[in-house]
Amino acid sequence: MEKTLYTLIVYSENIAGLLNQITAVFTRRQINIESLNVSASSIKGVHKYTITAWIDEENIKKIVSQIEKKIDVLQAHYFTDDEIFSHEIALYKLSTPVLEKDPRVSALIRRYNARVVEVNPTYSALEKDGATEDIISLHDELQKLGCVLQFVRSGRIALTKSCVERVNEFLADREARYLQHKNEKA
Amino acid sequence: MKELITGAEALMRSLEHQGVKTLFGYPGGSIMPVFDALYDHRSTLHHILVRHEQGATHAAQGFARTSGQVGVCLVTSGPGATNTITGIADAMIDSTPIVVIAGQVGTAFLGSDAFQEVDLVGITQPISKWSYQIRRAEDVPYAVARAFYIAASGRPGPVVLDFAKNAQVEKIEYEPLSIDFVRSYVPVPDTDSMSVIRAAEYINKAKKPLVLAGQGVELGGAQDELRRFIEKAQLPVGCTLLGLSVLSSEHPLNMGMLGMHGNLATNVKTNECDVLIAVGMRFDDRVTGNLATYARQAKVIHFDIDPSEINKNVKADVAVLGDCKQTLRAVTELLVPTDHKEWIASFEPYRRKEMEKVIEPEIHPAAGPLNMGEVVRAVSEAAHHEAVLVTDVGQNQMMSARYFKYTRNRSIVTSGGLGTMGFGLPAAVGATFAVPDRTVCVFMGDGGLQMNLQELGTVMEQKAPVKMILLNNNYLGNVRQWQAMFFHRRYSFTPMLNPDYMKIAEAYGIPSRRVIDRADLHAAIAEMLTTDGPFFLEACVVEEGNVLPMTPPGNSVDEMLLEC
Repeated sequence: MEKTLYTLIVYSENIAGLLNQITAVFTRRQINIESLNVSASSIKGVHKYTITAWIDEENIKKIVSQIEKKIDVLQAHYFTDDEIFSHEIALYKLSTPVLEKDPRVSALIRRYNARVVEVNPTYSALEKDGATEDIISLHDELQKLGCVLQFVRSGRIALTKSCVERVNEFLADREARYLQHKNEKA
Repeated sequence: MKELITGAEALMRSLEHQGVKTLFGYPGGSIMPVFDALYDHRSTLHHILVRHEQGATHAAQGFARTSGQVGVCLVTSGPGATNTITGIADAMIDSTPIVVIAGQVGTAFLGSDAFQEVDLVGITQPISKWSYQIRRAEDVPYAVARAFYIAASGRPGPVVLDFAKNAQVEKIEYEPLSIDFVRSYVPVPDTDSMSVIRAAEYINKAKKPLVLAGQGVELGGAQDELRRFIEKAQLPVGCTLLGLSVLSSEHPLNMGMLGMHGNLATNVKTNECDVLIAVGMRFDDRVTGNLATYARQAKVIHFDIDPSEINKNVKADVAVLGDCKQTLRAVTELLVPTDHKEWIASFEPYRRKEMEKVIEPEIHPAAGPLNMGEVVRAVSEAAHHEAVLVTDVGQNQMMSARYFKYTRNRSIVTSGGLGTMGFGLPAAVGATFAVPDRTVCVFMGDGGLQMNLQELGTVMEQKAPVKMILLNNNYLGNVRQWQAMFFHRRYSFTPMLNPDYMKIAEAYGIPSRRVIDRADLHAAIAEMLTTDGPFFLEACVVEEGNVLPMTPPGNSVDEMLLEC
């Protein structure tokens, strides 16, 4: 089956040890995680995981259902690139002497629209956000010029394009059921 | 001011609040405050001291599987905790509700490689339904309530509570707590009414329907619902290993066991049916054989409580999610009574063929040493087919599953998914505490018995009325059979030099008898069943016997071997 870069968005309760449980679902099935980002979501007490992986659709479905099965996971969904707004940020540490000597370096920085955030006699630091491909391609080109000292990517973060907030709906539904359940008991 | 009690005492009261009456455990350093509290609760919490923590988990499994209640283990940290790992993994893959409570070093020592410290939550996360560290005494009521709710609800499974020592001794005000709702956890998914209608449509149109019944039917308490479902539309049934007792062996629609060593008819018909109706089973590879050729001709309807089982191994044309007690009822209402006479009759030649080629020679041999199957059937008959069957793993397991008969619910306890040798003896001990009014028979091989042989000590101390049947062939028989079939009879480390089991039984004060001659078998079984309390029966069986029929690994279910 054909592999696609899927973005998985997982919402969970804020409980220690959950990251392990989620990544274990991938490793057990020999699937590499391309990037992973964890942060608080807009809902209090709810964490959001954004994970990307090259995988076929049959397997991403299995991964999603295995992750959703974890007790403290609220919801998991997978998306293709056209269903999300995604973004990534990267930092590049470059050798200032090379930067000064080789004009192609600053030409690249301008062409890729990267921001210089620090320059000192030893090194310069760049910041670039945008699509993963651009970030990697800037790195590859800088590398060819032999000026990269350090490079780091943040991992993808993403928002869904859908007009429906599924996790909010899920939580509202769970809340309603809880109240109904409580009333029935009373 | 309210009374202040320790975390350990809070655990006792929380267990009582959950209705726990029996627990299996073993004390040690980091759980001593709990055992100290237990000393004052001996009249309400019956603690059974096992001889090894693995035994505690299997006993809890045997207890849970026969009673339908949560089995409880109480062990110490470090090695006590790691000794429970096999049982936890076994309970996970076989959906058995157990709660393992393990001691842990105090929170101040966590991460310092303290004496008997092990990252139990980290170790058990991938093999448990839920795993939680209790770091403060005030978390005890919450953790216990949540543990029991999660273990028993939905698709059941093992839960681990890692109880830090400081939390055992800190004092709190105790309030009993029950939990039956966890926001992020949906134990029973909603049933789509369309799926019920579509399932009924497929079944009503079916000319050659086949039902595969699994342990989910037992776990859902839906045995009667299954019976009404199959009787209304006359649907023949194959049972999985763990689902063998969901339908009486004598039921005319029960066509037998599925899988690698299941019955010929059910396996062959899987690849002939037009609608395959799976209920509470997970299409394990031991059931399906080669997936690429498995039931490709059939429409598949899959009833399950666990959405992640749908399309995991076999693609479902209709998935009926929910509690099968409700969903079976709903589909049954929409069924048109039919008889499927010809289709049902078409099983008969295969049943006859297997009877003639495999079953009859196994249970009624003309001469030669005892066969495993003949011993099993004789025990089942002598117990009027009403006993609980517990098995170990290997040939003894397949033979007893095949030749035992089941007339009551929750009558088979076996390690299916994990295939844990050493499971049988402790699981049988646990079962005797769950169903004291029933006869519990455990069949073991000489390999598996010795993997948890120490539990004879528990049998002795508790006078647990376990009827132990050792099917001794002086081999690790199942591996030997594979070596014979697939490894040119190179018996690499499968012959076994055995001790004198009669002397072992005698050392534990357990009445015992060894049977070599066929003529003595029935009297020995009668003696075993009429003896009060435990009994150890050693049957010296044919050394190089094979379990047949067999779907060799990688073969299609309709390519079963009747001889090898």
